[in-house]
Amino acid sequence: MTDGKTVTGNGSAVSGALPDAGSMAGLRLRGLIRKEALQIMRDPSSISIAFVLPVILLLLFGYGVSLDAKHVPVALVIENPTTETSSFSVSLLNSPYFAPMVMRDRPTAVKALIAGDAAAIVVLRSDFERQLLSSAGAPIQVIVNGADANTARIISGYMQGAWQKWLEQYALDKGQILTPPVVMEQRVWFNAEVRSRNFLVPGLIAIIMTLIGTLLTAMVVAREWERGTMEAIMVTPVRIGEILLGKLIPYFLLGMGSMVLSTAMAVWLFGVPLRGSFGVLLAVSTLFMLASLGMGLLISTIARSQFVAGQVAIIVAFLPAFILSGFIFDITSMPTAVQFITHIIPARYFVSSLQTLFLAGTVWPIVLTNSAALCLIAAIFLGLTRRKTHKSLE
Amino acid sequence: MWNRIRALIAKEFLAVWKDKKSRVVIIVPPLIQLLVFGYAASFDVNHVATAIYNEDTGIAARELVARFEGSPSFKIVSRISREAEIAEVIDPKDASLVIHIGQTFSRDLMVRRPARVQMIVDGRESNTALIILGYASRIVADFNNEWLRTHGEALPPARLVVRSWFNPNLESQWFIIPGIVALLTLVVTMVLTALTVAREREVGTFEQLLVTPFRPFEILIGKSVPAMVIGMVEGSVIIVIAVFWFGVPLRGGLSMLYAGLFLYILAVIGVGLMVSSISRTQQQAILGAFLFVVPAVILSGFATPIANMPALIQDLTLVNPMRYFLIIVRGTFLEGLPAVLVYDQLWPMALIAATTLTGAGWMFRRRLN
Repeated sequence: MTDGKTVTGNGSAVSGALPDAGSMAGLRLRGLIRKEALQIMRDPSSISIAFVLPVILLLLFGYGVSLDAKHVPVALVIENPTTETSSFSVSLLNSPYFAPMVMRDRPTAVKALIAGDAAAIVVLRSDFERQLLSSAGAPIQVIVNGADANTARIISGYMQGAWQKWLEQYALDKGQILTPPVVMEQRVWFNAEVRSRNFLVPGLIAIIMTLIGTLLTAMVVAREWERGTMEAIMVTPVRIGEILLGKLIPYFLLGMGSMVLSTAMAVWLFGVPLRGSFGVLLAVSTLFMLASLGMGLLISTIARSQFVAGQVAIIVAFLPAFILSGFIFDITSMPTAVQFITHIIPARYFVSSLQTLFLAGTVWPIVLTNSAALCLIAAIFLGLTRRKTHKSLE
Repeated sequence: MWNRIRALIAKEFLAVWKDKKSRVVIIVPPLIQLLVFGYAASFDVNHVATAIYNEDTGIAARELVARFEGSPSFKIVSRISREAEIAEVIDPKDASLVIHIGQTFSRDLMVRRPARVQMIVDGRESNTALIILGYASRIVADFNNEWLRTHGEALPPARLVVRSWFNPNLESQWFIIPGIVALLTLVVTMVLTALTVAREREVGTFEQLLVTPFRPFEILIGKSVPAMVIGMVEGSVIIVIAVFWFGVPLRGGLSMLYAGLFLYILAVIGVGLMVSSISRTQQQAILGAFLFVVPAVILSGFATPIANMPALIQDLTLVNPMRYFLIIVRGTFLEGLPAVLVYDQLWPMALIAATTLTGAGWMFRRRLN
């Protein structure tokens, strides 16, 4: 054991002149960190969690996940083809959002909808042309598959756009200019093209750091408890604070390393803008890393078995970071009770800071309130770990 | 031989059950997750924090604002009076939407010039931004129709009549909760099976198991059955809660759902045992489970539709058992998916299960010899 050597090496010095306490502590800590670093290096799974997993996650989310529906397959039922209906189907064809499949009757379209081959049905009834001239206007029936409510909502939004475009074109063909009373202009700040990648990739950094800070740390320390090596370290003159620091520092560096890697990939590979200051990003990440490490250490101290520690880490850290942090799902739309729960989840504060720092810039009110919350959570977790570890020795 | 296997199954059950901590871990967290995530995981957007920047004193502008005030989708949080204040409310997320009505709005409307209203949306959350714009444009369209009608002008020659099948109120919960059946069954079975062999190897009892007269496939069965039983029970509990607690309609047949659940768990067990047999420590097993679970969930259509993914990644999802089970579980719950369409999802899962279990058996044998 590496730290064993360090300790015996010091033992001879003790018999002579006593070295001052500070340098002893420094040596012990160095030994512990070295031991931990060696352990990380020797187990390929630790390195994989720190560097391979982030890369896989970033690639998956950057390329694979998108909330932006494009080329939505639509079953377009034209019961009686005329010039008007074909001008409508052309406007659907020209829209980047739809891939219309023209059909002659409803039953075929319904079959396609149920089989999942079409996400929506658009019906132009046989009397479409005649109805266009009536005072109520011709109905364009749109049936969306509501099973996926979000996609259904986005499709009906796109459909509204296509319909408006067609109305303009239709008026133009008749030699008129369509002037709706009120025209809505939209400006999307910070993310003009409304790319979901710009929204998801920054938040992903919080997930990755949670994996390292909480899951990996909890498992590694729980293994020491399980194997009894924790007790072995405790009988050495090493202090508990030093043991904890010895665990914290290597995993802290690992986590920060993967954060820098993720940021680099976000900016250079996925073209996500980093509009805020990198220094501030680093500072907030430090606080979050401390909070997740504190959580990981606390879990391992309480669970003391890898099986339980792994499960608990997934449930109290990983999944909440995924679902309750605002990473994908909007917190303000959650029920009040759930919104309340999100306040005790460190990832919530970090995801909000990340999204703002990347897309909006350094907005101090957001950065400072989130940092304060992260500081508090980190202090609580680290403090609790310190106390729990102490008690168990008695 | 069956006696031996029975004893092994009993032993595996005991290994999970006798440990109080692992017992709690397989029962309590999935239920908590179901409840919390059932309420939290939603793409629905409501009570959008909205700031009004109205420079117009006319009555028409007030009427338009009143429509936003009356909609449950929007919540007016502040009224601003200067251009610079837009950034002051959007930047710190005090408001997600600013509605800017210019000075000439009512005047333009009266002389039938297009009256412009500007919607400034926070794009940090891109999905929310899109939905907010969708809601806003519907309110503006309604306002337009009403205005045309009261001013005796012709309505547009065609109108959209949008209806939503299977989920008329477009509740995200109806989409997410059946998905959670697939998600939690995956996580629990995967972790359970991935850790079984790895734990024994780490503790050293795997060698003891090897000197017994068990053959590899017997060990395989012994390890699979408890995971299958626990997975089935866990899945059923979630289905019951989905129906009776969350009120998600269950429109299709249970036999098809269970056929799907069985093959799904079988496929996951195969992957879990493969992971378990190649990892030397529990940490490696957890990592392996993770490396499978995370991409499997992301590339399954659980949160984001497969149709939005690039073609290459769409092809990759074909080997993902969760993809097929999600179609079955959502189809059974919401659409009452016909049996013919369920078969289309069943055979790929059966194929995946056969492949992964054979693979696991092969790796076991290799480990044993």
